[in-house]
Formats: sequence, C-alpha cells, structure tokens
Amino acid sequence: MSTAWETVIGLEVHIQLNTQSKIFSGSSTAYGAAANSQASAVDLGMPGVLPVINAEVIRKAALFGLAIDAAVAPQSIFARKHYFYPDLPKGYQISQYELPIVSGGHLDVETAALGKRRIGITRAHLEEDAGKSLHEDYAGQTGIDLNRAGTPLIECVSEPEIASAAEAAAYARKLHALVCYLGICDGNMQEGSFRVDANVSVRRRGETTFGTRTETKNLNSFRFLEKAIEYEIERQIDVIEGGGQIVQETRLYDPDTGETRAMRSKEEAHDYRYFPDPDLLPVVIEPAFLDELKSGLPELPDARRARFEQTLALDADSAALLTSTRATADYFEAVLASAGGATPERARLAANWINGELAAALNRDDLAIQASRVAPAQLAGLLLRIEDNTVSGNAAKSVFEGLWQGEADAADAIIEARGLKQITDSSAIEQFVDEVIESNPEQVEQYRSGKTKVLGFLVGQVMKASKGKAKPQDVSRLMQEKLDT
Amino acid sequence: MSLSESDVAKVAQLAKLKLNESQVPEYAAELSGILEMVETLDSAETDGVTPMAHPLDLSARLRADSVTETDHRDAFQAIAPKVEDGVYLVPRVIE
Repeated sequence: MSTAWETVIGLEVHIQLNTQSKIFSGSSTAYGAAANSQASAVDLGMPGVLPVINAEVIRKAALFGLAIDAAVAPQSIFARKHYFYPDLPKGYQISQYELPIVSGGHLDVETAALGKRRIGITRAHLEEDAGKSLHEDYAGQTGIDLNRAGTPLIECVSEPEIASAAEAAAYARKLHALVCYLGICDGNMQEGSFRVDANVSVRRRGETTFGTRTETKNLNSFRFLEKAIEYEIERQIDVIEGGGQIVQETRLYDPDTGETRAMRSKEEAHDYRYFPDPDLLPVVIEPAFLDELKSGLPELPDARRARFEQTLALDADSAALLTSTRATADYFEAVLASAGGATPERARLAANWINGELAAALNRDDLAIQASRVAPAQLAGLLLRIEDNTVSGNAAKSVFEGLWQGEADAADAIIEARGLKQITDSSAIEQFVDEVIESNPEQVEQYRSGKTKVLGFLVGQVMKASKGKAKPQDVSRLMQEKLDT
Repeated sequence: MSLSESDVAKVAQLAKLKLNESQVPEYAAELSGILEMVETLDSAETDGVTPMAHPLDLSARLRADSVTETDHRDAFQAIAPKVEDGVYLVPRVIE
C-alpha cells in the first residue's frame, strides 16, 4: 500500500451466545436441527405473543463487559429495529439502541508492523438473530428456516481505530479467544457463531476527516477478513486516485476471487426507525450481581500468557501460541500437572511438543485439541521418559504416533513393545562403533586425513545399526575417541 | 410541528403502506395534528427528571435458560401459504 494513504477500520462482530434456549423464547438453539423445528410462536412473531428475556443472556453479556473493561449498564433497554425481510418475521428485530448493556471497553492487540496498540470498543449490545434465507434449492423461490431466529447475539462495535488489515485480524482473533475463554460463545466460525463486518475507509495521510466507508459483511474466517480488507483498501485507493468517489455501500467478499463486490442495496436500508420495545421492561443489573460475576471471572488470555512467560520462563511466541485458545492452555497445564509439577525445562519441553507434534497431528486429522487422541496424562508420561533419557527424541516421536493410533494407553507400554529404550550401556554402543569402523575403512581413512565432516556419516551408520536406540551424543563422543587414537 | 407530504410518502414507503395521491395530504394533516397534540408535553418542566424507558415503573423479570418449547412446526405450517421440506417458501429475494 502506498504510504501516502492511511486506512481507518472499524469492526462490528456478532458473537453468538452459547445458551440452551433463545433470547426471548424457550426454543432450543441447537445447531443443525430439521428446518423450522425449533421455531416457536414467539420466534415466528405470531400475534399476541410476548418475549421474555433469558437470564443467562444477561449474565453472559455482563461477563463480556467486565472482561473488556467496559461499563455494564445498571439499566439497559431493548428497542425495535425495523426493516422488511422474509427471514425477519416480525418486521423488526429486537435489538438495543439507546442504553446498550455494555459500553466503552477496549482490547489490546499486537501486530508485527504496528506493535502493541489499544483498540477502543464503543459498545456491545444484545440482539436477536434473524432466520436463514435459502436461495439455491427452491426453483426461483426463497426458502426460509427460522430455527436461528431469536438466537442471542452480542454485537460488539469497535472504535474506528484499527489501522491495517493485519491489525483487524489480530483484533478479531483476540476477541474470539476472549469469548471462548469466558465460555460465552462456542467460537465455531463455520457455523456462524462469530461473524465479522468490516467498515473500511481510506484518506490521504494527514487528513483529519474520515473518507467515505464501505461495509463488508459476514466474514466468517480471520483469513477472509484480512484478505477482504486488503482488497477493499486497494480498491478504494484506486478509485480515488483515478478521480472517482467511494460510494457508501454494503459489500460482500467472494473467497473464490478474493474480491469484494457491492450488494444490491436494500431500499432505504438505513432508516430503521428505532423505538423502545414496549413489550420489554428495562433490564436492571444490581451492583452485587456484577461483583459476584467479577469474582468468578476466569484467568483471561493476556494474564495467562504473562504468567506462562514469567513463572514458567516460556518464550513469548510459545506462550502466545499456548494461550491462543483456552483449550490449548488448559491442555498444557494438565500435562504439567500430570507430569508432577512445572519446572521451566519441563514447561519448555511440553510447550514444544504441544505446539509441534501435537498441533501437527491435530491439524492432519482436523481435530480440535479437546478431541485430541493423546490425552494430557499420556503426553505427560512420554515427556517423563524423554526427561530421564529412556527414549531419544526420534524414538519419542514414534511413541507419540503409537499413542495417537491407540496402540497402547501409556507411553511406557509402547516403548516396551516397540523396543525403543535408548541404549545407555556404553559397552554395547562401543561394539556398534567398532563394527562400523571395521566395515568402513575408506571413510575412516578420510577422517584421519583431516576430512572430519565424514564423522556424521559414521555416526549415522551406528545409529542405523542400533536401530536409533543409541544416544547420538554418546555415539559421536565414542566414535571420535576411537578415531582420534 | 407539521409533517410535509413528502415525509408522509416516505414513512408510508418504509412501512410498506400503499397510499393514493388524495390520501397523502389527508394523512399529512391528521398526523401533524397528532404531533401538535403531543407537543404540548414540551411545556412540562423536565429538568432533573430521568427519562423513562417504559411507562411501567418496573424492571424485567428474567426466565431461566432452559428449553421449554416443543416442535409445533406442522401446526404453524398448516396456515402458511407455501412450504416445502419444512421450509417456508416466499418469492425470491436476491442479495
């Protein structure tokens, strides 16, 4: 991007709260049920029905407010937001306008280019989700599934303070990790539990008024978010430099082309005629309730990461990776607990295995860490055998694979069955060394005439002869001793 | 305060109400009359009064988060103009 331009980004994130029932009715929120089987009279907007607020929704929204250091309103109210669309049966969405439940928080995010920055959060309000419109399968008609109608959402609105696509992605990741840590959202982006709208504008550096913005809607992956914003920044600069003007509009991102395109605008889309919903009384949150929530807040990602760095002496990258999801950090701590406690050496070893072998295996089999085939106690058992030199690093990888494939429940059993115990008896190693020296006179000669690089080959031969069970450091030392005499 | 005829036309469009030309001035006059009546409230002294969010001086009673509804799809869909495979069908809307 040209340095003559500055980017201004604000994100609106829809966070689906993981309650059992909907925000205003007792219908189930479970994903994937038969169409319209979880849409009650309230969700359908039948005449004469009344919404009743779900207490858990209020608790989770308040918890979110506390976690972003925001003000949780002692009194908040619901409003009707009017627009016509077939997946919105009432002709209005119950949302919040004046007096939202959460206002004025922030998130600290970090990117390589911009460093650590604090992004303000203007407000976070509660609203009901709409249903789903199915445009493909119904021969020129649109199908409507209202199972999702009435699912509780928090809409979290950032200040227009985000300065790059990478920073927007970092902000979204941070927010995602936070709501998962808090246990208020399942974080499932494929199922739409966490959706991002990006408001993007550009202006010439030094200008003080904002450029005209566009809104790219429903980005459901961090990568798409970043790509869509990058594309939009370039597009806007091109338009302005070509003498054109940016039109304020809603755009959609197409992951196949990597481009955004204008949505056909909903007529009068921006006149929602909000007014307080007469069906709902104000929600009052008592200070005592907030105090109780505050004392029950889990350790949040930033605090946990700092603790891993400070008390376990982990490097910043490892600590960041381990705390990127609550489940990963929990797994890590469970490994340390099973291994009988945390020392910096063990923490580093566990971190390397979790961020390395385990992450690769999970990735390969497309599993979340909660569904890992190797439980924390099993990994701990393996790490103990690495610590006490029972197995080499290479053999440990094969033990891990055995655990992953369910060959046995414990590392020890696999080490035994596969005969992977490291040979520590030096006379046994010596025997292998002697054999290799005898059968490779040419290489031995080269070594003795100064081509010491050939040592690696000779050590490799011993490792092969010992089926990887000798300790490479021992072999190397013994080999050198023999060759140098 | 009075509503212009174009205000009335716009509100009608937003509300998806079809007015014919003679109705527009009619509604403009009637709605302006309602606004004028409500305007008398402006003469009340409201300094230091907290705005009310609801005419009832109560707060919301919340319900416990549990699934209490059962599936009545067939009953609801029996009165829908058009359904297929459990979804409601409407004229095509394209985004």
